[in-house]
Amino acid sequence: MKTTQQFFGKAALALALAATCGALHAQAQPKVKVGLMLPSTGTYASPGTAIGNGFKLFVTEQGGKLGGREVEYFSVDDESDPSKATENANKLIKRDKVDVLVGTVHSGVALAMAKVARENKTLFLVANAGADELTGPLCAPTLFRTSFSAWQPAYAMGKVVADKGHKRVVTLTWKYSFGQQSIEGFKESFEKGGGKIVKEMTLPFPNVEFQPFLTEIAALKPDAVYVFFAGAGAAKFVRDYHAAGLKNTIPLYASGFLTDGTLDAMGEAGKGLQTTLHYADGLPNKKDAAFRLNYAKTYKLQPDVYAMQGYDAAQLYHAGLSAAGGDPAKQAEIIKAMEGAKVDSPRGTFTLSKAHNPVQDIYLREVQGGQNKVVSTLIKGLADPARGCKM
Amino acid sequence: MDFASFLIQTLNSLQYGLLLFLVASGLTLVFGIMGIINLAHGSFYMIGAYLAFVLASLTGNLFAAIALGIPLALLFGAFLEWALFSHLYKRDHLEQVLLTYGLILIFEEVRSLLVGDEVHGVDIPAVFSASIQLSEVLSYPVYRLVISAVCIVLAVALYFVIQRTRLGMMIRAGNHDRVMVEALGININMIYRVVFALGVALAALAGMLAAPISSVFPNMGSHVLIISFVIVVIGGIGSVWGALVAALVIGFADTFGKVLVPELSGMVVYLVMAAVLLWRPEGIFKKG
Repeated sequence: MKTTQQFFGKAALALALAATCGALHAQAQPKVKVGLMLPSTGTYASPGTAIGNGFKLFVTEQGGKLGGREVEYFSVDDESDPSKATENANKLIKRDKVDVLVGTVHSGVALAMAKVARENKTLFLVANAGADELTGPLCAPTLFRTSFSAWQPAYAMGKVVADKGHKRVVTLTWKYSFGQQSIEGFKESFEKGGGKIVKEMTLPFPNVEFQPFLTEIAALKPDAVYVFFAGAGAAKFVRDYHAAGLKNTIPLYASGFLTDGTLDAMGEAGKGLQTTLHYADGLPNKKDAAFRLNYAKTYKLQPDVYAMQGYDAAQLYHAGLSAAGGDPAKQAEIIKAMEGAKVDSPRGTFTLSKAHNPVQDIYLREVQGGQNKVVSTLIKGLADPARGCKM
Repeated sequence: MDFASFLIQTLNSLQYGLLLFLVASGLTLVFGIMGIINLAHGSFYMIGAYLAFVLASLTGNLFAAIALGIPLALLFGAFLEWALFSHLYKRDHLEQVLLTYGLILIFEEVRSLLVGDEVHGVDIPAVFSASIQLSEVLSYPVYRLVISAVCIVLAVALYFVIQRTRLGMMIRAGNHDRVMVEALGININMIYRVVFALGVALAALAGMLAAPISSVFPNMGSHVLIISFVIVVIGGIGSVWGALVAALVIGFADTFGKVLVPELSGMVVYLVMAAVLLWRPEGIFKKG
């Protein structure tokens, strides 16, 4: 089978050379193999699907091509399970021999993928996982992130809370690395602004029995509360905080994911919450309007931050591949072009830091009418400090 | 911790413990009386919560949703017993674990196909949406107290049914000696069906009641499953009374663990379990 393919490949090439016919030559080009390792089942199924949709939307806009080449997708459901991540990444890299690996929502899975991709020198585009390590100690020439680092929105929020004149703050998150990185980022800028963390509280992931902590918060009476929660836990926390009557007396702040994809579930309790993120509803840029319209038309769904990150992963690779003349084997050229790329993202234009994390604007958003409406651009071009990256 | 906080945390513990009891009571009935290790018990909790969400959005009222949901859960439980679980009584635990684990996967997938993977909220019924001011800044939602009251009523009712009625007598007898009960002319299969349906309905009811405060989300059943097993084991397998005591112990351990020893809060519950089992290897209320 393989020899037949090779034979036809060579025959086509010979024909093309003989006839100097561009069209025939293009047909003979192998497709670009894109490996999508995303969750399609489990808790993170919906962000996983959104990332895949976003990526494919950009490819469709380019006529089904990236860098002028037809695209072939290989998909694996990573189930957001870190213990299966190495095996799953190997399926795509070793079995399917993909040119570029795109993934995923869960940081634990992404850390394992980064290891496999680095060992095999496969290009890896991180389209969500925000673990600081990915563009910190684990940074690699072949690893690019189109989403954010946990530090970025958290650092921005620390500044907001300090600027509002809050002095004493209590923090609460799940005891796992992403949550704790989010607290660290907040603490860094909040303490720089003259604030003090009165108490850092954690609970085991994914425990959602918050009542004891709400009682503690009420007893401590801080000026404000900063939390990191996402998904179902976020919805429950906001409802509980509201039901305990704390929302009106002790303002609640969080980094973005508290109110992304959870607003319906929060209902009335979510109203007026302020969060920070690299994306928001109602951004005044044309690219975003076009992206949203196209996405809604194609999938009959509203896009979210995850879809946008997937879309940008495709854009970034397109920029790299185009510079390499559409040849996925020219990795050095692709990397060089991607490092220098100015990505015209729906979130606003961004570039990449030395550690390959987006240098991007962080927005302050407020929940209004079931949307995360942009209030202001808090910090323009915020770069992750990339601590521990030796690149 | 000052005295006021201590009292409020005690209230939190009671409230959490009672809700846990509601889920665990069904598990201990099925586990203790029928000898079935039912890993899918958490899924019935999940199904209950989704029923509450779907029915409440259709009818616009959580009470109507619960009134419709309980008979549905009973029927569903009776059907599952007839179709699947009745074939398991004479088989070993491994096969029960395989079947019930398979059911978890099937229920989650069907849930994903029918309702999707988003997080949903269910509104607290307007009558109970008020809250009571406990301290200067903290208030307590009335709905949480209502849940506690419902749990207490159910605990008493269960105790009454099992200890004081003819049905309860047959259930207890079936627990001790299935063959003897059959020899006495009692339709043990029917009793098992009733018990299993009751177990499913209790889990589903817990899910429906908890839906407004916990929100409704994929895999929510797996969160309560583990803690329910802990309670059943601590309380003594098959003892409803034991499940109540154990649920309250866990409620207190979890709440005060989170506040007093936050570094260990993930482990406190299991440390308590280990301690209880060292003291009474069969659980607190294991009889006979």
